[in-house]
Amino acid sequence: MKNLNYSAAHIKYLKKNRRRGILINVARAGILALILLMWELCAQFEIIDPFITSSPSRVIKTIAELYEGGNLFYHIGITLMETIAGFVIAVIVGYAVAVLLYMSDSIRKVFEPYIVVLNSLPKIALGPLIIIWIGTGYTAIIFMTVIVAIIVCIMNTLTGFLSVDRTMLTLMQAMGASKRATLTKLIIPASLPTLINTLKVAVGLSWIGSIMGEYIVSRAGLGYLIVYGGQVFKLDLVMTATIILCVLAGGMYGIIAMIEKKLTK
Amino acid sequence: MILRFEDVGYTYHTLSGETEAVKGLNFGILRGQFVAVIGPSGCGKSTILSLAAGLIAPSSGRVVRENAEFGYMLQRDALFPWRTVEGNLFLPLEVKGRNTRAMRENALSLAEKYGLKDFLKKKPSELSGGMRQRVALIRTLAAQPDILLLDEPFSALDYQTRLEVCDDVQGIIKGEQKTALLVTHDISEAIALSDKVIVLSARPARVVAEHTIDFGGNIPKRRRECGEFAATFEKLRCELGI
Repeated sequence: MKNLNYSAAHIKYLKKNRRRGILINVARAGILALILLMWELCAQFEIIDPFITSSPSRVIKTIAELYEGGNLFYHIGITLMETIAGFVIAVIVGYAVAVLLYMSDSIRKVFEPYIVVLNSLPKIALGPLIIIWIGTGYTAIIFMTVIVAIIVCIMNTLTGFLSVDRTMLTLMQAMGASKRATLTKLIIPASLPTLINTLKVAVGLSWIGSIMGEYIVSRAGLGYLIVYGGQVFKLDLVMTATIILCVLAGGMYGIIAMIEKKLTK
Repeated sequence: MILRFEDVGYTYHTLSGETEAVKGLNFGILRGQFVAVIGPSGCGKSTILSLAAGLIAPSSGRVVRENAEFGYMLQRDALFPWRTVEGNLFLPLEVKGRNTRAMRENALSLAEKYGLKDFLKKKPSELSGGMRQRVALIRTLAAQPDILLLDEPFSALDYQTRLEVCDDVQGIIKGEQKTALLVTHDISEAIALSDKVIVLSARPARVVAEHTIDFGGNIPKRRRECGEFAATFEKLRCELGI
């Protein structure tokens, strides 16, 4: 990379590439700024009714109010805890189950129909059962998050395991590798890209699970704020919670993307 | 004899029926010999290697191995892209639980001897097709096998690379004084590389003919230049029924 003897044409090419990257970032930020500005102006001049649509300044005010009341980080903390706990459990347990299903053809065949049905089932249908069985605390919401995310974790990971190059498997077999050696030396490293993809999908699903859980039953959290705000017609609160959610979900995705860069450099 | 097939038969079972891949197969390989097996495509050539390595047991007859260690080289190099060249060379040692300092040093000295020294820390994706196949061969040799089983190891390469790698591999195997059993559908490759060519029939595979090749020394390039090359080629072609 550190070759300083580039031709003029190559330097021009690199420059063009860099300029394009900058332009894309500027456009991205620009769109966000434009939306916020239009939103604020429309609300200020009452082209739209700020009582229903809220506005950026109202959102900032609501955030300040929540912060002063000591509620901001309380609600964020609860939802974040539920989401991360659900995510971690779903990914780890999902991976373990996938390994188990991979190791035995027969077990996989036996469980296949159950997994397919569980995957198609809208998990929210289990809401009432979860409340009755587990209660109304945050464990119920974590449980909800886990069942929303885990099936996809299992299926994605297993697909990754099963799509490992046949020739490489033959090679391991020809070397007389044990099942365990095949798993640790080949299957797990070869399916690393699938794992990262699974993490990305699981982040999104975990947020769906935790917010859905809070919609059904909760006394705190961002999902709770949204439902509560809707019920008492405080749309500033609804908008604020939604925007905070956007930031948090984006941040969590960003962390996974960073891990990906580190692992696949 | 390091390896002997005695009246070996093998039948595949799949849900759609059974297939007799090999029937009444008899041949033997001497220590240090380079034997090529050719046959019409789909005649069960790979099955023979699996039988030789003991990955599958014959349905009838027996395969006699004179306590020899086997090493496999496949059609595609199957180098693990997440490991460096060096990491790939150590793979069989790790898998076979022989990852000792001496074995690793032996692998590295082989790599050095055959021109891989500067590539050890590189990833396979940075290597050319021919170089990758060379790494695959050194990987196979790293576990110090007595007999190498080569399953059309050049068929995934383009023609020029193929000629080059073919000579390269033969040179290394002869240099290390290893025994080799090569299956291929390429007649000229079989003649250029081996001491003995075994011609198989269509499925179920039996031995049609055996030829000892001894012209042109042991150098593939010189053999191809010999007059006998074309004659042998024609003879084998006839026997294959092409």
